[in-house]
Amino acid sequence: MSTMIKVGMADLKVAKTPDALTTLGLGSCIGICLYDPGTHIIGMAHIMLPSSKTIKNNSNIAKFADTAIVKLLDDMTKEGANQRRLVGKIAGGAQMFKFTSGNDMMRIGERNADAVRSILSDLNIPILADDTGGTFGRTIEFYSETGTLKIKTIGHGVKEV
Amino acid sequence: MTRAVENFDTVILDVLKEIGNIGAGNAATALAKMISKKVDMKVPRVNVLDFSEVPEILGGPEEEVVGIFFKLEGQIEGSIMFLLKVESALQLIELLMPGIASEGFNEFCFSALQEIGNILAGSYISSLSSLSSLDIKISVPSLALDMAGAILSVPAIHFGLIGDKILIIENEFVELVEKDSVNGYFILIPEVDSYDTLLKSLGVQI
Repeated sequence: MSTMIKVGMADLKVAKTPDALTTLGLGSCIGICLYDPGTHIIGMAHIMLPSSKTIKNNSNIAKFADTAIVKLLDDMTKEGANQRRLVGKIAGGAQMFKFTSGNDMMRIGERNADAVRSILSDLNIPILADDTGGTFGRTIEFYSETGTLKIKTIGHGVKEV
Repeated sequence: MTRAVENFDTVILDVLKEIGNIGAGNAATALAKMISKKVDMKVPRVNVLDFSEVPEILGGPEEEVVGIFFKLEGQIEGSIMFLLKVESALQLIELLMPGIASEGFNEFCFSALQEIGNILAGSYISSLSSLSSLDIKISVPSLALDMAGAILSVPAIHFGLIGDKILIIENEFVELVEKDSVNGYFILIPEVDSYDTLLKSLGVQI
């Protein structure tokens, strides 16, 4: 029996085969999914903001892309994953509301996606799938047996990457 | 100085509740004028919730909801969001323009909802403006119909800059003749420094 484990907002979890990880209703946040094809260990983080460095109250490390990825790698290697084998898939980073004169906070989804891409690239973790942007929410399911990421939306279809 | 909503004491919460009360009262009056029917409202509930708890009050993170979002302009920077469950949105449209939503949402419905949101959020913010003597206006609305989690990520991220909780005000409007009850939620999202400006102007010792 495989279990679908929920990852909340500003939360991260690690799972082993045959379990799967899911996060529901991603908007401007990003779901970062890491997979070790050797051990089938998977990890998922649901981050809200790009960087912990500019924020004073930054104790919730799963909230920020920089600290969440470090913690996720740490948790995954403790379970036996090999960092050199890890591959990533990311989804989310939508802009839910459109304004003509957008300030930085309105484009937070885009900034989150940029931050995640650059951190994963610095860690030499290849991004195999990148389903970010748009103006709609996403629910994602990440399967440990295959490393498949299923992305569900309202009105924008379902896909597997 | 910045403060996270989880550190708000009961005095601050009472002030925010009272603003919610007065603001929603004016919004109810505006709604009554718009639909030419009597509208009553229940005492608003002010909740300070964890990010993950917020979608639950709207039926879960994947529940389809309507969010109408406005930027605040003037002496307070930030935004305000008005949230409705789909059935409440359809009821409001039916009250305002009977029949147009009989086959579900269409462009007219979205225009009607934006207009309703505009009037409700406008009267809410105008109460806040006169109570605080601050000049505050709302921008044109932007509407989204999508998963509750996705829509709420927008205010959650703003609150996330200073803490791990979100402040949400629930209002229940009741149309008196047919007893249709419509639940709407306001989320006031001042930018980091604007909460202090707002509370000081309302006479709260901080």
